[in-house]
Amino acid sequence: MSQTLFHRNARRAVPWLVPAALLAGWQLASLQGWLNHRVLPAPSEVLAATWRLAASGELLRHLASSFGRAASGFAIGAGLGLVLGLIAGLSRFGEALFDTTLQMLRNIPPLAILPLVILWFGIDESAKVFLVAFGTLFPVYLNTYHGIRSLDPALLEMAKSYGVSGGALFRHVVLPGALPSILVGVRYALGIAWIILIVAETLAASSGIGYLAANAREFMQTDIVVLSILLYALLGKAVDVAARALERRWLQWHPSYLTTH
Amino acid sequence: MKPDDLPPQHGIHIAGLQRRFGARSVLEALDLHIPPGQFLAIVGRSGCGKSTLLRLLAGLDAPDGGRLLQPAGQTVRVMFQDARLLPWKSVLDNVTLGLGGDGRQRALAALAEVGLADRAGEWPVRLSGGQRQRVALARALVHQPQLLLLDEPLGALDALTRLEMQGLIERLWRAHGCTTVLVTHDVAEAVALADRVVLVEAGKVALDVSIDLPRSRQHGDARFVAYEQHILQRVLQGPAHAATDLPASVESYRFSQLNWAL
Repeated sequence: MSQTLFHRNARRAVPWLVPAALLAGWQLASLQGWLNHRVLPAPSEVLAATWRLAASGELLRHLASSFGRAASGFAIGAGLGLVLGLIAGLSRFGEALFDTTLQMLRNIPPLAILPLVILWFGIDESAKVFLVAFGTLFPVYLNTYHGIRSLDPALLEMAKSYGVSGGALFRHVVLPGALPSILVGVRYALGIAWIILIVAETLAASSGIGYLAANAREFMQTDIVVLSILLYALLGKAVDVAARALERRWLQWHPSYLTTH
Repeated sequence: MKPDDLPPQHGIHIAGLQRRFGARSVLEALDLHIPPGQFLAIVGRSGCGKSTLLRLLAGLDAPDGGRLLQPAGQTVRVMFQDARLLPWKSVLDNVTLGLGGDGRQRALAALAEVGLADRAGEWPVRLSGGQRQRVALARALVHQPQLLLLDEPLGALDALTRLEMQGLIERLWRAHGCTTVLVTHDVAEAVALADRVVLVEAGKVALDVSIDLPRSRQHGDARFVAYEQHILQRVLQGPAHAATDLPASVESYRFSQLNWAL
């Protein structure tokens, strides 16, 4: 019994062996002086920097600032993308009116307009929010539009012949049918939002994780630079986990999310 | 060509009905009268226009000419070959679709009628093909339709499940008493279920047979086989031959008994 428990725990530990060894080797190399701390600080130094910044409240301030930009930019961009996608998906006129325009704008890499955005907004908050919104609008728009247009016409016909139309048709058939595709767009947009934010904050900001990293670089504080990179990774992961949880909740019916029982 | 007002006791009148797709004429001058409460089966080869006729009856498609008179305000419900359940709604919510107020209670009762009350909370993907069609049948019947249209509802099921479903459809039809039109390419199924079998060929009614057999019908019964053979032979002859007469019952008997003896 304890034998099998030991085996199970051992098997669970296996994937962590390599990271643990790397971390230990890194720490050892720093302690022995083989690794210049200007190149790469020891893990213990990064930990100490984290503690220092957390205690002073600076860490939370920068985190909140970055998260706020990502959230408001994403809310504006994804919200607009969703609304435009619904309009273009549901009405031929809407599609004719702005689909071509959006398809052209979509080809501009969001970071290419960074110089223009700095000219317009300076290094103000609105610059970062605008960039994130610009980057997240298109994936949500495209996937919403595509999700509605690829609805099974047989299901639509069935619903109509059963007297379901208008708002009820949208609520019971169109929106849930397009939801898997919409959520793909949302997850893609979340990934894009972080990338844009990292670059924008590094180049033009007075707060946020990117600013923290850029500032630390000026003063050769490699521990804080490494900490910033780790923070981005953690935030990105946290957002992705949240998006997956949303999918599991809303797409319970989908064959790929069905839990066996 | 909207369905015109007609008192319910007159049933459905179809006269000179036409439907074209481009240059191809699928239905030309089709005449048919369906009395209220009748179980009518429409058989025919693939592409003969039987499904088109069903879609016209359902109002899913509009005719190019002729008249289609139906009782005003009658509720029509279609059961399709693919169950067409909404995968994102539970079995119960699928049956409740389009119902108001006390919908859930009625939907539960309808699910009980098809023997699936215990699967009410299940997702449709977890059901077998036969179970999905039973849910689709419950969903159609819960609306108390005056006209029930069945578009090859058992076409995709295995032989055993088909027989089970035929029994269920017959039982529920007798309980509800709604006019029912079944489109099928299975002549035995048509003879087993229908009061009357109509063969559609080249866009017209080519054969119209009343099935005068007591219910529930046995597939092996001599008269059952006689009806089946008669209709099947006419289907196989194809449109080149003119409409044949109704079977001389003695002759059919002999034929089927011969079949039986073998």
